This record gives sequence, structure tokens and C-alpha cells, in this order.
Amino acid sequence: MTDSAQSSLAETRAAAQPDLKTRVAKRLKSRHAAELRFRAYGILAVSIAVLFLGILLERIIHQGYTAFVTHSITTEVYLDPNRIDPTDIMGANYDQMITEQVMAKMGVNDDEYGTTSGEYKEILSPDLGFKALEALRDNPKLLGQKISLTSPIAANADLYYKGEITRDIVEADRNVSDQQMVWMDALKTKGLVTSHFNTYLFTNTDSTQPELAGLLGAIMGSAMMLLVTAVLAIPIGVGAALFLEEFAPKNRWTALIEVNINNLAAVPSIVYGLLGLAVFINWLGMPRSSPLVGGVVLSLMALPTVIIATRSSLRAVPPSIREAALGIGASKTQAVFHHVLPLAMPGIMTGTIISLAHALGETAPLLMIGMISFVPGLPESVTSAASVLPVQIFIWENASERAFHERTAAAIIVLLVFMIIMNLAAILLRRRFERRW
Amino acid sequence: MTGYLFLALIVFSVASFMFGRSLARRKAASQGVRGHSLPAFSGWFVAIWSFIPAALILFVLVVFGGRVENAIVQSDVPAAVQQLPELNQGLFFQDVRATVNGGMASTTVYDGELKAAFDHKVAQAKSVDNTITLGAYALTFILALAGAAFAYSRVSPQFRARNSVERWVSAFLVACSVVAILTTLGIILSLLWESLRFFQSVSPLDFLFGTHWSPQIAMRADQVGSSGGFGAVPLFVGTFLIMIIAMCVAAPVGLYSAIYLSEYASPFMRAWIKPVLEILAGVPTVVYGFFAALVVGPSFREFFNWLGAFMPGTPMGEYLMNVQNQMALVAGVVMGIMLIPFVSSLSDDIINSVPQSLRDGSLAMGATRSETIKKVVLPAALPGISGAMLLAVSRAVGETMIVTMAAGLQAKTTLNPLDTVTTVTVQIVTLLTGDQEFDSPKTLAAFGLGLTLFAVTLALNLIAQRIVQKYQEQYD
Repeated sequence: MTDSAQSSLAETRAAAQPDLKTRVAKRLKSRHAAELRFRAYGILAVSIAVLFLGILLERIIHQGYTAFVTHSITTEVYLDPNRIDPTDIMGANYDQMITEQVMAKMGVNDDEYGTTSGEYKEILSPDLGFKALEALRDNPKLLGQKISLTSPIAANADLYYKGEITRDIVEADRNVSDQQMVWMDALKTKGLVTSHFNTYLFTNTDSTQPELAGLLGAIMGSAMMLLVTAVLAIPIGVGAALFLEEFAPKNRWTALIEVNINNLAAVPSIVYGLLGLAVFINWLGMPRSSPLVGGVVLSLMALPTVIIATRSSLRAVPPSIREAALGIGASKTQAVFHHVLPLAMPGIMTGTIISLAHALGETAPLLMIGMISFVPGLPESVTSAASVLPVQIFIWENASERAFHERTAAAIIVLLVFMIIMNLAAILLRRRFERRW
Repeated sequence: MTGYLFLALIVFSVASFMFGRSLARRKAASQGVRGHSLPAFSGWFVAIWSFIPAALILFVLVVFGGRVENAIVQSDVPAAVQQLPELNQGLFFQDVRATVNGGMASTTVYDGELKAAFDHKVAQAKSVDNTITLGAYALTFILALAGAAFAYSRVSPQFRARNSVERWVSAFLVACSVVAILTTLGIILSLLWESLRFFQSVSPLDFLFGTHWSPQIAMRADQVGSSGGFGAVPLFVGTFLIMIIAMCVAAPVGLYSAIYLSEYASPFMRAWIKPVLEILAGVPTVVYGFFAALVVGPSFREFFNWLGAFMPGTPMGEYLMNVQNQMALVAGVVMGIMLIPFVSSLSDDIINSVPQSLRDGSLAMGATRSETIKKVVLPAALPGISGAMLLAVSRAVGETMIVTMAAGLQAKTTLNPLDTVTTVTVQIVTLLTGDQEFDSPKTLAAFGLGLTLFAVTLALNLIAQRIVQKYQEQYD
């Protein structure tokens, strides 16, 4: 009985075994396939993220790199005493005078209504006229003499030279006529127009003329604003973090402050702009669109991140340091300021620089405090109206001229370079000074 | 001038520090005892007393001087000015201020009685300005000297200078932490205050539940469309739509890359991918806005127009042929890209804090890695991940630049991703960046929207932080 039972059990096992084996093998196969699929989703997700960054950077560099090269026209200008009244040098039409001289040099004849010279003027820049006027104002003796002037060529002409406006486009759809293209080719072959690195982008301030518009004003504005932010946010943030981490008793009040700081870190940036508008501008009467107000608003915004970064690097300093200092008779304050804070400093600096880099790229709150206005000059002080890099990008992006598009992308590249420099500094600081305990 | 005085004050305080320190040394040496505190603490003590009271006066002058001056100048309005409409009265005093401070006055010409009143007010403002400024300077000067003298007289070897200085230091640190509270209070009070003024002209119920949004208020009462519509439902719907699209992109991509990075990727790969995500997180939103408006928008439009060309004659095809650059989909997708690193890094932290023992247990039972993740790690991390998603939602709701640059201005109540919608933040920017009188309902509406935005994001953050905290406590 037992034998037969055993043998029958073995038989059933034997009968079941291949079935179970194949079932398990089959299931294992599908499980492994699921594993592979799951892993593929992960790789896909990561590649999508990397791909997005790639496309983003590629498009911006693609659109922006051309703005770093520009074309200038250099020409001899005869300050004709017949056309410039020495008693009223402001009254003369320099643009017309220079255009006619260039046309004469190039062998182009004007018609009697002046439409040809009008069209020719469009490919030169009004900057030539300003420069002639300036030269004459500085030195009235130049009247009747020849001077050599160099200035950036009109934005549309620049786009043509760069091949962004081509003859393939229907003439009505482009801002440059066929006739102007012929003239421009002639100017280039004669050597009056040369291409070079676009220094104007870094030495000029904002302008309504794309060829004259530069970033210097915005860079200065950003630098001033960042200075105000750093001066306010770093001491206050580090102070608050020291209090919460090292001194504060654990009670309801400090818990409230802590919840509060975590929430402030997640408040939308535009709300800080509303705060700045209501409190600093309308209530305290601080000057609109000034780097001072911008800096104050951004420092309030950067404060929570500075506090959080400082606290985590203070926490990383081992308690033994504090205990050793206290043990040899230092007071609590001395232990913190002489020992803990210096050891936490690299971490604090890293966190601070990263949050300042974020502040550098912030736009929305600055629009609220009126920074959207057109500022043609350099800001004189922290209380005068200024533009900053991200807002300049926003303003240029809204401009209708095509030449502003490449400048917008170029401004983005400049902004990204500044941010990368700051982030690299933070990384280097961390690599150089970080201590693991 | 105030700046120079401040510099002088700093120099004076540094000198006080030196004097205080050397006095403490000399006194201790002459009495032949060791002082209670190090001499430097006496120096600090004197410097603090010479600096802080005087600096506070200067601070008050800079911040409130102008307001006090305006209040005094505007306390009695000349008869001629009283006859002006209220708007011009404000302009009158603005011009007075501009003339006194050397700013840009408006081009308004004042003549006759107004001219006399204007000159009178300018003279008055000048004298008030002088009095306040000189008074504050004198007070600064006296306080600096008095503070230094007081502190100097207390210096002695028995004096507990260190304890005193440390009390000042803790007071400073407490003040720093109070700034955080003050910021929150400032946000809440300013939003509430301006919103209350807005709700005096528009009822809160109409604002929250009205379906008609057209804030263009006419300048005069008799013009067409003089009463704007302030029903914010279309804005809420638009914000919601863009947020949902953004989360549809960010949640799966962010979560899967977090899973891959924390569970599968080799250390080498992590070292490469993490910085890429950090760069993506560091790109300013205005750059994403540019990307959306000039790259994603046109290519999406072309794609849908191309798609529409395959269904000629059908209403669907017609519709696709006519979609615009500024569809909700564009802003949503780009916002989703922006949120990927945010979701991914938060989820990464949370997945990493799931105890290794749970994974080991599951793997030892013969589960594959993906089964471990799906059946053990993710359920354990679920509360934390949902908290992270809520934080991302709050980010998406409050994001401004991408939608300002890539979404439209038409307030439509629709859930169609190919339609143009507008959001709360876009409207705040539009309402406040024009040139209009500050007190009009149009600008105040922006504060009503701001208050709603703040309340919603605050609620999301509080819930999310609560969840994440609870979750972390569970495994600590």
C-alpha cells in the first residue's frame, strides 16, 4: 500500500514536474521580460530628461551664436561745411549727408525724390550720424575735414550678411529689397563692411535699435542687485540658521519659525513681487524698478534657501567640536563663532552661491516692482532705474524686430554663462574645502 | 549724505572698539588683576553701544523719513488744490515731491492760485525735509557719542563685558529669525489689505465663482464696457489645465528617472546624470519661457497643422489647421520639463530613505528587482512621493514666466489642451505691468488673485510637508 502509494505519488510528481517546470520557466520568462521593460522605462525617462536639456541648449546656442558676430561699416566722412551750419551743428541732417557720400563712393546715383538714398540709408546705421555729430561737438575744428567712422551696420543688413535673410524668400516677405542686397554685396566687396566679434553686445546699453542694443546696462543692474541680495541675505540667513540650529530652545515658537521657513521656501516667486510692490514701493516709497528694491525682494526670497543650506552644514559639524570647545572653557557663543561656524563655512558658501545664482535668474518678482521699463543708460546707483539680465531677455523676447531674437538667445547664453560660473565656483568650493567627519 | 554719515559711524565704531579694548587692558594692568572678560569684549561692548542706537536712527530716517514728510506736507491741502479732482491732487503732491527731491516732475503746468500753492508747498516740503534730516543727523551724532560715553564709563576689570556682548549677539540672531516671520506676515497682510480694498468694489463670491473675466475697465464711467468682469473661474480652469499637462509630463518622467537612478544606475552613470538634472533645475524660468515661445510653440503648431492637413473637410481637420502657437499644451509641456528635476530629486531622496532591509527581504524571497520596486519600495515610499507630487503641483500653479511668455491672454473656460487659456499668474503680470493708477480695481484685482494663489500654494505645501514629515518619522 505504502509502496504503491509512494510510487503513485512519484508518478504524479513526475507527471506534474515537467508541467510545473514549464509553467515556472514560462512565468520566469515573462517576469524577466517585465524586469527588462521596467528598466527600459527608467532608461527612457532619463534619456527624455537628458534629451530635453540637449534640445534646449542646442536651440538656444543655435539661435544665439550668430549674435556674437556682427558687421561694421567703416567709412571716411567729409564733414561738409556747406551742409553743416557751424552755429547750429545739431540741426544738420548727418544721416543724409553720410548716405550720399557713401553712395557717391559706391557709384550709386540718387533720384530726384531721394527714394534711392532713403532706401540706401536703411542699410546703414543711424549711429554713423550720431558719431559724426559727437565728433564735431567734441572738436568743432573738424568741420571741413575728413574723419573715419566705424559703426555697426543696420540690423537687417547684418542678418543679410549672416545669410539669415536670403534671396529665396519672396521680396515682399523680407525687410531687405533685392536692390539693397545688390548694394550690400557691393559694400562688402569694396571692403567697407567687415565682420568681427560683437563687442557692442557687451559695451552698449539697451537701445530701440537692435544693432546698437547691448547688455552692459543689464549686467551692471544684475551685479548691483545681486550685491544688495548678498549683503542682506547672507548675514540674516546665517544668523537665523545659527539661532535655530545652535541656540534656540526647542519650543512652540521655534517650531513655528521652522514651519514658516519651510513654507516660505515654497511660496511662488511672484507673491514676493506682490509683497515688494505693496510694502517697499507703495508703503515705504522706495524707488520703482531700482536694484535696491529688487535686491531686497530677492533677498527675502533667497533667505529660506540660505537658512536651510546653512542649517544642514552646521548640522554636519560633529558635536565633539562643540564639546571640546566648551570643555576648555569657551562660552557657547565662542564655541559657535570660533569653531563651528568656520568649519561650516565652505558648506554655507556653497549653498549661498547656489541660491544667489537662482536669484540671478529670477524674473517674475522683478516685473512686479516695475523693472520692465525701457532703461537706455547705465544705472548710476542702487536707487536709480535699472534693467537686469533676465528681464532684458523678457523685454527683447517681446520685441518685434527679427534681429532681437538672436540677441535674446545671446543674452540667454550670457546669463547661463554667469550662472554656470557661479555654480562651478560653488562646486569647486565644495570639492576644495569639504570635510567628511 | 546719509551714506557718508553711515560710513563715518562705522569708522567711529571701529575707533570705539580700539579705545574700549585698550582701556580694559590699561585698567586691568593698573589694578593688577585679570578682568572678567577678555579685553576685546570690552572693545566690542563700546563699539556696539556707539553703533547700534545711532544706526537705528539713520535706518528709521531712510525708511520712514519720506513718509513723515509727505504726511506733514499733505496734512493741510490748499484751497486751490482741494478744488482739483482727486487724481490731480495726487499728481500735485507727486510733483511737489519730485521738485524737492530733484526727480522728474510731470509736465503739468501750474499757474495762478495753483502756482502760488505749488511754490508754497515746495517751500514747506523743503523746510520739513531739512528739519527732519538735520534733526535725524544731530540725533545720530548725539546717540553715537552718548552710547560710546556710556559704554566707556562701564569698562572695568570687574565688568562682565562678555555676557553683555553675548546678549547682543543673541538678540541679533533672534532678530534674524524674526525676519522670516515678518516676511510671512508682510505677505499675508499686504495681500489681505489690498484684496480687501478690491473686494469692496467686487464681491468675493463674484470673484471666486464668476465665469466672466475682462478686467479692462474704461477710464470714464460713460464709456462702453465700463464695468469690467472679475470672475476668476476661467483663470482657475486655465491654471488647472496647464498644471495637469505639466504633471502628466513631469510625474512619470521624474519618477521613473528617480527610480532608475536610485535602484539601477551604476555610480558612474549617477555621477553623469545627476549634474544634468541639476543643470536642468538651474535653468532660469525665463529661458524656459523663451524656449516655449520660440521653439516648442511653433513646432507644435506646425505638427498639428500638418496633422490637420490629413483630414481635409472634417471639422477636426479644420480645427487642427487653425491651432495657434499659444496653446495650453505648449506651456504645459515646457513647464513639465522644468518640473522633471524637481520631481526626480525629491522622489530620489524619498526612495533612498526606504530601508534597505525591505529590499533585501523581498529580493531574498526571489522577487526580481522590478517586482521589489513595484510591490515593496514604491508602496512604502508612496506617501512621500505623493507629498513630492503635491509640492510639484504647487510649483506649477505658481510658475509665472513660462505661462506669461507661452500661454495666451484669452480667459476661456475650456479643458481642451489645444486651445489658448490664461492663468492666474499671467493675469497678475498683465494687470500690474501696464501704466495705470494703482488704486483702480484692475490693479487691486491682481492682489485678489495673488491672495488666492498664496492660499492655494500654502495649503498644498502644508499638506505635502505634513505627509513627507509623517513618512520620514515612520522610518527614522
